[in-house]
Amino acid sequence: MINFRYVRASSVNEAVRQIAGDPTAKFIAGGTNLLDLMKENVERPSQLIDISRLPLSRIEETVNGSVRIGALVPNSDLAYHPLIEQRYPILSSAILAGASQQLRNMASVGGNLMQRTRCAYFYDTAMPCNKRERNTGCSAISGHNRNHAILGASASCIATYPSDMCVALAALDARVLVTGPSGDRTMPLAGFHRLPGDTPHLDNNLARDEIITAVELPPRGFANNYSYLKVRDRLSYAFALVSVAAALDMEGGTIREARLALGGVAHKPWRDTDVEAVLIGQPANEASFAHAAEIVLRDAKACSHNAFKIELARRTVLRTLMQAAHGTPQSQSSKKIA
Amino acid sequence: MARPVVSRLQQLPWSGCESENASQIALMVDKQPASPDTAEMDPFSIPERTDVVMVVNGVERHVNVAPWTSLLDALRDHLDLTGTKKGCDHGQCGACTVLLNGRRINSCLTLAIMQDGAKVTTIEGVAIDGVLHPLQQAFIDHDAFQCGYCTPGQICSALGLLGEGRAKSSEEIRELMSGNICRCGAYPNIVAAIQQVIRRS
Repeated sequence: MINFRYVRASSVNEAVRQIAGDPTAKFIAGGTNLLDLMKENVERPSQLIDISRLPLSRIEETVNGSVRIGALVPNSDLAYHPLIEQRYPILSSAILAGASQQLRNMASVGGNLMQRTRCAYFYDTAMPCNKRERNTGCSAISGHNRNHAILGASASCIATYPSDMCVALAALDARVLVTGPSGDRTMPLAGFHRLPGDTPHLDNNLARDEIITAVELPPRGFANNYSYLKVRDRLSYAFALVSVAAALDMEGGTIREARLALGGVAHKPWRDTDVEAVLIGQPANEASFAHAAEIVLRDAKACSHNAFKIELARRTVLRTLMQAAHGTPQSQSSKKIA
Repeated sequence: MARPVVSRLQQLPWSGCESENASQIALMVDKQPASPDTAEMDPFSIPERTDVVMVVNGVERHVNVAPWTSLLDALRDHLDLTGTKKGCDHGQCGACTVLLNGRRINSCLTLAIMQDGAKVTTIEGVAIDGVLHPLQQAFIDHDAFQCGYCTPGQICSALGLLGEGRAKSSEEIRELMSGNICRCGAYPNIVAAIQQVIRRS
């Protein structure tokens, strides 16, 4: 790790001033991703601004019935919070499908949004990578790309975004609250992360001098009909090959509203609102869900090693929607897929 | 200002190094003059050390660390608490698990400087007055290790798990202990040891 300066921010505004004053500084909160990347010399900040002691660790209901989650709430506290477990169980489930309890105890909500791809070429500073260093090329396209994107990729980058939590947040219509030098702004989580295009070095639309202060969930949590199903190479503590968050609002056997987002398949949580619209008014059965799965994967493109992910994603979408319709969400401890 | 180009060969010895070693390496690297009007850090400068106070296993301890010193390196290299093991140093194996303010974490993925004022429990602080914690006794009873390298992390992680109160079945124990890898494959016995403690508590 190269040398860096360490400072502690005493307020959100001070943190914004500090980062605005140093173009190569980084915020650190839980540090579980950033320190790993610094040990690999992928991230080389001149300065770490420690925001972990800022008062952004509350989970509270707002007057309009939304739930505001402070950016520094540890992932484990969020997953086990009674309000989240009861009203937004899909979020608890997705969080508990990711990482290990040790990491969830440290990793913050804001840091989860900011975590970087686990593409092996991004991590290997001896290899070209457009995300790590612009216009050097993509090693994954002609390399080992079994885990890489099948949706929304570009000729510059086929990396995937690794979060589980954000897949559920996308399905729940979460909003991201940020503060910058010119004040506060809010953006939908679905618009927070970017597709790679020809600027894969930009993971998201947060400006360099902005800080995430909270994530807000609208009142509706789809607690009756939901599931988060994650398919991976081992049963726990591995990144997704494909994951699906599905939530339904049902009237009898008919779908009133549907939410569908995929993880592990793209440069961002892949929410497909076209499919959600198609499902409205349809019977909640295998035929409807199989049709929906076909639509989700309509533009999927494989690289040399990941064609299996298209079929895997199709089946996982179908299975997760069935679990949601039956009210039998995937357990994250028993790995049996109902 | 462009940052000095560092070859991979030059970078490698820096990871996890303490400053004595790092400053020797710094001498081997051509230094580029730092511009005085830039906020940027000269990555080859000798790190400033900072005093950090932590309560480790119930005792107030002072360490003087570089900014990059992980909590793991502070425990092992500064406080000679070598019970906590360095496995992968990347948060993938769990060998470095300790309790930080009562919660289990990977000590390799946090900086000591960030934990000023924290309470840390390592494997050295689990037995009280020479009496093994029931979890330690259960690991012996169930032969829950072979080489033993992962064991301090397994036991600290299991202590955290007991405090969380979220695991009862063997499936739940396995899932919530998945951050601790045992290359000898003692998992069935580790699960049995933890179950013994949960049953008796």
